[in-house]
Amino acid sequence: MTALPTRKLEAWRYTDLKNLAAISFTEAKPAKIVAPLPDLGIPRIVFVNGSYNAALSTPPEFMSPFVKVVDESVLPLVQINAAHAHDGVTIDVPANIDAGAVLLISYANTEMPIAFHPRHRVVLGAGAKLTIIEVAMGQGVYWHNPVTDITLHEGAALGHYRLQDESTEAFHLATIRAQISATAAYESFSLVIGAKLSRAEFHATLTGPNASTHLNAAQLLRGRQHADFTSVVAHKAPTCASRQTVKSVLSDHSRGVFQGRIEVAQIAQKTDGYQMNQALLLSPHAEIDIKPELEIFADDVKCSHGATIGALDPEQIFYLRSRGIPEDQARSILIRAFLTEALEPVTHEAARIFLEDAIETWWARK
Amino acid sequence: MLEIKNLSASIGDKEILRGVNLVVPDGEIHAIMGPNGAGKSTLSYVLSGREGYEVTGGSAFYNGQDLLAMEPEERATAGVFLAFQYPVELPGVGNANFIRTALNSVRRARGEAELDAVAFLKLARSAIKSLSMPDDMLKRNVNVGFSGGEKKRNEVLQMALLQPGFAILDETDSGLDIDALKIVADGVNALRGAKFSALVITHYQRLLDHIVPDYVHVLAAGKIVRSGGPELALELEARGYAGLEAA
Repeated sequence: MTALPTRKLEAWRYTDLKNLAAISFTEAKPAKIVAPLPDLGIPRIVFVNGSYNAALSTPPEFMSPFVKVVDESVLPLVQINAAHAHDGVTIDVPANIDAGAVLLISYANTEMPIAFHPRHRVVLGAGAKLTIIEVAMGQGVYWHNPVTDITLHEGAALGHYRLQDESTEAFHLATIRAQISATAAYESFSLVIGAKLSRAEFHATLTGPNASTHLNAAQLLRGRQHADFTSVVAHKAPTCASRQTVKSVLSDHSRGVFQGRIEVAQIAQKTDGYQMNQALLLSPHAEIDIKPELEIFADDVKCSHGATIGALDPEQIFYLRSRGIPEDQARSILIRAFLTEALEPVTHEAARIFLEDAIETWWARK
Repeated sequence: MLEIKNLSASIGDKEILRGVNLVVPDGEIHAIMGPNGAGKSTLSYVLSGREGYEVTGGSAFYNGQDLLAMEPEERATAGVFLAFQYPVELPGVGNANFIRTALNSVRRARGEAELDAVAFLKLARSAIKSLSMPDDMLKRNVNVGFSGGEKKRNEVLQMALLQPGFAILDETDSGLDIDALKIVADGVNALRGAKFSALVITHYQRLLDHIVPDYVHVLAAGKIVRSGGPELALELEARGYAGLEAA
């Protein structure tokens, strides 16, 4: 097995996998479902402990079974995934079809530590449309290492909304690679509330003119949770737009990481690249690490990065309380407001309600 | 009824209020006038429970409840309302949602049923209409991008909907043109009644032409140095505060 990356690698400087490396994993056993699985009244694909569960699934049209892949990626986690992947889902939507929305659930429940490495593929033909609502959840100690490969042909539009609500003892290391053709749009938002340690690593490549992407995320962490959002956006064609708004709400001893690289090739004139990272530190022990990188070879581009780190504003809290709103609720209102901008790409109504409920739930969990 | 007895308060080492005595019975509107730095805003913040002010002596009771022992939200649900001199902007928080959350907090505390979004909007729209405010006031984020006058009108809208028993208007007239001033005054006058009382803090006589107070008090150097009827405001307008401070 390929070794896990260490902090000696620049890309892993802020996220240490030594606690993961120390665990010996056993074979996954069939799991009991002890938590209610979300049901949004749309086709549902359910994986349990890394394996497709036909009984719990109501598969969408255009879904086909897993096929083993050859992957020459240099990314260590993708290599590990390629070596161990034994299941996953492929969704292949033909040109000009609006395939609606699908719910993709990964559920885990285990007494002994297990690892699973699903490999998902999504291909949208020219002008096709799809919304994927992805939920990762579970109980126990496990390592979820999914790789999702996305190919959007000309004019295709994919909304990809992810809720990472894994067990707080779990490791979640997801890699998402998207190839975005001319005028196609990859709209993504990740809500991170779970796992002991997690990383979502996006590689988005804009390959044709006027392709666009949103890679947004919100991290809500407490205890000693660690969450890393890493993105590499490659502008390889002119007049493309990439926008990233990542918000972190960090309490207790939690730690958030944002690493974002924008690569603008010489041909990619009129690139519009935007990164905004904002962190609310709710405790003096919380930590955020922000590392933006711009690598620009074209001369007519607009690329910006901004970062703010702050706390809740006592004036705002007092204003809300002076209207009769209890302090706890006042804080929750302000945190929700802080997150609003990150949720912008979530245009699918049911997805939005689902994610907003998850934020509510996080707040109520304590 | 609001009863303030010998109230002293400081910010850090600086004593701002030095023994304020004031009673505002139900049904009455009292004005507090005074020069800059007299402690007018401090009085309003101490009554509404803002952090950073240390009460060093005295008491403040509203309807027999010890205000100074209550959290800001408890004071609000007990019926105390502060119209801010500088209303706070809340980016990302919709005005309608904000006011409905506030109203439902107050209703819950009073043992009344909460209002759903539809019932609230109906109520809010009629309040907006009677205050001659623009319709989009509810759709925008709280005070974000509002002009000075719009912010003050938004305070009055909140007051109209929350129906407090006792309102403190902290220089609500500052920065208002005459039309906005009338709207604000109409908002206060509409609440006038046997169960409503208010403390109107202002620099100028102008607002008191529209909200005619039952009593006028002059606060100077942390104390009430003079009290009288509405004619006192006219006298101050003519002569200024200089003579009073010396006395």
